[in-house]
Amino acid sequence: MIKKIEEIFFRSLMLISNMLILFVLALILFSIFKKGLSALNWEMLTQRPHGGYYYGKEGGVLNAIVGSLYLSIGATFLATIIGVPVALFMNVYLVKQRKILNFIRFLLDLIWGVPSIVYGAFGFTLMVFLGIKTSLLAGIITVTLFILPIMIRACDEILKTSPLGLLEASLSLGSTKTETSFRVVLMQSFSGIVTAILLSFGRAIGDAASVLFTAGYTDSIPTSLNEPAATLPLSIFFQLSSPVPEVQNRAYASAVILIVIILIISLLSRALSKKYHKNRI
Amino acid sequence: MIVLFYNRKTKNRISTAWMLIAITFVIILPFILGAGLYYKSSMLFEQNSLGDLLFSKVWKPSIGKFGFLTFIMGSVWVTFIAMLISAPICIFAALSITQYSRKFYLRIIHPVIDILAGLPSVVYGVWGIIVVVPFISNVIAPIFGAQTMGYSILAGAIVLSVMIIPFILNILIEIFRTIPIELTEASLSLGATKWETIKYVLVKKAVPGIIASIGFGLARAFGETMAVLMVVGNMIQIPKNVFDAGYPLPALIANNYGEMLSIPKYDSALMFAALILFVVVMVFNALMRMLIVRYDKY
Repeated sequence: MIKKIEEIFFRSLMLISNMLILFVLALILFSIFKKGLSALNWEMLTQRPHGGYYYGKEGGVLNAIVGSLYLSIGATFLATIIGVPVALFMNVYLVKQRKILNFIRFLLDLIWGVPSIVYGAFGFTLMVFLGIKTSLLAGIITVTLFILPIMIRACDEILKTSPLGLLEASLSLGSTKTETSFRVVLMQSFSGIVTAILLSFGRAIGDAASVLFTAGYTDSIPTSLNEPAATLPLSIFFQLSSPVPEVQNRAYASAVILIVIILIISLLSRALSKKYHKNRI
Repeated sequence: MIVLFYNRKTKNRISTAWMLIAITFVIILPFILGAGLYYKSSMLFEQNSLGDLLFSKVWKPSIGKFGFLTFIMGSVWVTFIAMLISAPICIFAALSITQYSRKFYLRIIHPVIDILAGLPSVVYGVWGIIVVVPFISNVIAPIFGAQTMGYSILAGAIVLSVMIIPFILNILIEIFRTIPIELTEASLSLGATKWETIKYVLVKKAVPGIIASIGFGLARAFGETMAVLMVVGNMIQIPKNVFDAGYPLPALIANNYGEMLSIPKYDSALMFAALILFVVVMVFNALMRMLIVRYDKY
């Protein structure tokens, strides 16, 4: 009897935990959409902040949307051309060297956990060292460093599952390791890799702490890499610290925009990973 | 034909070289990070000893006195309370997801966890300001007879606990799934009930994994910046209870970058704060990783 009660007790704790998780997500989305949707309009999406925007006059956050996209696309591109070759190298060239491979994975897991604010601080140091000002370029470099371990680890997880036989078959037919890497192993897991890239892109667009020092903030849309760039998370943060209610409401609206972007990325990668699971050998 | 062959070889060489450069860069990255931060913060050691920096409460940048104790305590409070909230929730949720749930429910809960994991930290901060802060000042604080605006250690901890739930939960689910099904089947076939099996076989086997997942969560929570910064109050004081405002380390860095260059050594102090974060997170992650590796061997 006591056993039965114990089981029921713990089952209900499990149920409560699950309900809490579902409830919290619903609460987050509901509360932000409720506050933000009323302030969200076409102007928010298509205009830069005009004079007096931060006192409640007209304008929008186009500068931040475009800045965020530039920054994350740039950083994701750089991280891809560094990260994907690294993941391929680990799974084609080093696939037999268990010790080295474990060591690299261990290091990657360590830097994977380093908080973004530390990358921000480091990025700032790097900027001073290289003599560049707060700019789109400095932001892109910092965010690249931040998402690089995330991307490599995600690609590695995907490539790890590609069968060794495939690799050996390709090599035994006379292809070079490069051809095996890019034409066989990469193609085999292509949609998985794209999912990993999308994941990193989501990280890049949502992070504020690493660009706080490095990308700067501006009301105009950057036209070159040397100009500072606004980002959506920072724009939310700054608008929210304003005492004017209209500006605060726009912060909520900007949060809605950011959430929608993240949800689209998440949906895309979900669809792709389904495709990946269907196609793999 | 020969030209083609030559091309393939060259291509192979170039791409292998690039891969080698890239992987070398990635391997030395953690060392560059640590060295860079140490180099920038080393100026601080001229006037302050390491013990002073870590255990002194005196924070007077204008006369060159930098004691980080207040900020370290702020971080410790927020992180610790966040873990108290989220660890039990994650363990119970992971157990039910891996042991009891039907396919239908999994199809709901997995995307939910993914979305929670993907939401940017600033969004959690906005949610904290809209929901958690008023809830604390209007509902929770009066119950305990405390007066607060709501911007407090507790607000930071609640927001943080929600943020790290998907992170810990994913690791835990992974850990429970890797426990061989034969073990639980053996226990069930000997006549143990489902719950007894979970308690005496599954959880017992997973203890190192559970500890490690909580450790990863701690490290993660310790460095979280924007969301905590937005709700924690940012007052330079050592909190006495959960309704006091606090000032965690990441918030210190993020809030003061503007004045960084106007006060001498202030930039070194902020880099030192980043260095503390870096070292704590790296050491914690390394220890937990080793715990998991060792436990995999048995």
